[in-house]
Amino acid sequence: MAKRRIAYYLMTIPALFLFFAFHTFPALQGIFYSFTNWDGFSDGYAFVGFKNFINVFKDENVLNSYFFTFKYAIAATILINVISLLIALGLNAKIKAKNFFRGVYFLPNVLGVLIVGYIFNYLFSNAFTVWGAKLGSDFLSQNILGNPDWAWVGIVIVGVWQGIAYNTILYLAGLQTIPADLYEASSLDGASKWKEFWSITFPMLASFFTINMVLAMKGGLMIFDQIVALTGGGPGRSTQSIALLIYQGGFTGGEFAYQSANAVIYFIVIVAISLFQIKVLQRREMDL
Amino acid sequence: MRKNTNWLATTLIALGSILILFPLYMAVSIALKNPEEMAQSIFSLPTGLHFENFSNAIKATDFFHALQNSAVITVISVGFILLTNSLVSYAIARNMNRRFFKLLYLYFVSAMFIPFQIIMLPVVKVTTDLSMNNIPGLILLYIVYGLPFNVFVYVGYIRSIPLELEEAATVDGTSTWGTFWKIIFPLLGPISATVIILSSLSTWNDFLLPLILLADPSQYTLPLVQYVFQGQFSTDFNLAFASYLLALLPMIVVYLSAQKWIISGITQGAIK
Repeated sequence: MAKRRIAYYLMTIPALFLFFAFHTFPALQGIFYSFTNWDGFSDGYAFVGFKNFINVFKDENVLNSYFFTFKYAIAATILINVISLLIALGLNAKIKAKNFFRGVYFLPNVLGVLIVGYIFNYLFSNAFTVWGAKLGSDFLSQNILGNPDWAWVGIVIVGVWQGIAYNTILYLAGLQTIPADLYEASSLDGASKWKEFWSITFPMLASFFTINMVLAMKGGLMIFDQIVALTGGGPGRSTQSIALLIYQGGFTGGEFAYQSANAVIYFIVIVAISLFQIKVLQRREMDL
Repeated sequence: MRKNTNWLATTLIALGSILILFPLYMAVSIALKNPEEMAQSIFSLPTGLHFENFSNAIKATDFFHALQNSAVITVISVGFILLTNSLVSYAIARNMNRRFFKLLYLYFVSAMFIPFQIIMLPVVKVTTDLSMNNIPGLILLYIVYGLPFNVFVYVGYIRSIPLELEEAATVDGTSTWGTFWKIIFPLLGPISATVIILSSLSTWNDFLLPLILLADPSQYTLPLVQYVFQGQFSTDFNLAFASYLLALLPMIVVYLSAQKWIISGITQGAIK
């Protein structure tokens, strides 16, 4: 029996060691450096206490990146969930060429975010503007990504275009768990389609709704690749996400310690939001 | 009671799918055109097929070299993920009554909440200090970073496999390792398929980790090559689009040939 026990430990200890070395240790290091003034290259550094954290809250660039990231994440989460639920309902209905359309709607999920971003970058700057000019609209004939006030909308469009695929599949899986006799009963009662959706379909999808909201929000808060491909954070700093700011400031801006403090705050924000969402949405699940 | 085709839904779904396919149509048609055709109309179908865009893009980005890097990284990472992550999960799943394994489970799974950005800066320092800022280092990180999610899905699945199967093997004198490889591992087929699909997609398409980790340009992956290429040749759109398409093509081919599998694999992984 002792031999058995040893075998189980041997199976897990290398993984534990490696995970600690390459995940937990760097995380602890990041927290450690956030209390110093290290720039990432120099030999020495000094402890500065909570100075970095205090400065983060006063930094206009940081506040601006939080503002942009939240704006993006909230808009993308809502749009992705509404649209993917509609598509899932459509794909679950009695339609022609069901498998073909399922394949089409899921395709964006297998494509690399960066390259999709490059394709859309071109469409925004050279293709959609042609249509805008034909419509005679000054606003639509300019590149939306070049406009500091509207560039974020372009990023939302790409994020939603690519993001709906995954959530659609989850909603579709959810729809298939709903027993058909519930609908038969409601149609005998003469319920309208609208009523049927709100009193059967939507409540039965509650747990899928929770998963999709949390996943979409988390994905939105971590946005990075799309920004690199679409705007690089510009124009100005209007689309600089938190992830991009940490990357740019930390690696090329000599702000290693400062951006580590920003990353610690970012981590706390993401965990808090995820837990909050799970709690609120699960309470809703139980009420239904 | 069989209902007839819902034509309204079919029409709406078909219209919606145009929005998905249009950017891909644009990518293909631009990659096949030359600048003169573009000047006439960027939306029309190409009149001649300019495959030289593709051959030029292959040369300009050293496509096959990057393809090989991406393939090596993905195949080795996913292979090791499959073998090691399932083994770790097995040990945890069969010892959940023991404090060490229970804590280990919570330790791995709670790491799912940690955004990569918090470890991003120090991880580059650690890997550079250990001379691991290269392909082998990248592979190791993918294997290790897969643990939180994979342990989560594997443990759940293994716990649903009845213990009796293993007890019989134990009575016959099979070791714990033998039990895992001969009995449990083959039973993990469906969930392993999910793990393979999800980790292949995330490894193949990953941009951030290769960007911060790889120091030597000869080790660049496909997404990273597009990034470098975009900086150099951003004005020749026909060439750029040929290059984007080449980078997307392997995944599209895999997707078209295994579409049913991929969709059901993703569904399973997410519902667990």
